[in-house]
Amino acid sequence: MADGTAIRCQEVVEIVTDYLEGRLPPDDVAVFEAHLDLCDGCRRYLDQMRITIDAVGRIEHADVPPALRDTVLDAFRARFRP
Amino acid sequence: MPRPVGSRHVTLAPTTKDDELLARLRAGDETAFEALVAQLYGTMLMVARTYVKDRAVAEEVVQEAWLGVVQGLDRFEGRSSLKTWILAILVNQARTRGTREARSVPFAALARDDDGPAVEPERFRGPDDPYPGGWRSFPADWSAAADRIVGDRETIRVAMRAIAELPPTQQTVIRMRDVEGYSSHEVCGLLGVSEANQRVLLHRARSRVRAALERHIDG
Repeated sequence: MADGTAIRCQEVVEIVTDYLEGRLPPDDVAVFEAHLDLCDGCRRYLDQMRITIDAVGRIEHADVPPALRDTVLDAFRARFRP
Repeated sequence: MPRPVGSRHVTLAPTTKDDELLARLRAGDETAFEALVAQLYGTMLMVARTYVKDRAVAEEVVQEAWLGVVQGLDRFEGRSSLKTWILAILVNQARTRGTREARSVPFAALARDDDGPAVEPERFRGPDDPYPGGWRSFPADWSAAADRIVGDRETIRVAMRAIAELPPTQQTVIRMRDVEGYSSHEVCGLLGVSEANQRVLLHRARSRVRAALERHIDG
């Protein structure tokens, strides 16, 4: 059983991305998850990070400048004009 | 692929497959083309801006890239995803312009971009505390409100503004990964950045955005 006290909360927040990306070595994953079992604060932090990623995924498209859109659409149309 | 909230643009169904999209583009489907241009614009502009200083020049680079895409549609062989192919054309254009402008390659210096911690040190107990490095007070529990949080347009705008304030390299990586859904492998290949550095940039960017959401949600 990994020791969840082997890592501090202040360190957890710096390796949370490595964890989510699946890039933590297996031993570190065990310590990380053992820490989460002990620590509501870090569990909430991980949760906030997942919610943040979800929120970023819902960002609206930026407005395309009309001149740019018209130019590329014209080129697209021209390509299919007989 | 995440779906934008309330976008004013025509959007592609999240389930639109590469093959189907390519077939529509090759058939001259303007709606599909315009939607794709709108979908990728923010990310393409950001990538371009890491290579060229000027916003107007970056817009030109994006435009040239799309003209290249239009010309090259028949040459696309499907060895990468369509979006990866489009970004590769953009990166080539941007590099050429960036070299012409004698701007150094941006991702070389990225590890020194911004070295702040993910969470302010004051949030943690000090060295003399019985629990050094532990939370002084726990972050709020968002789990029960998760759907409401991500469904709230103002919250999404806060995330967008937080991203806009990041250094360009971080903006590029978080947009490609979390807005457009490129894989880390694709991002590394397109930007010529190592896997580890890509992750550092993503980490900083996500940490900043989380902090901004926290200020917005918990006050």
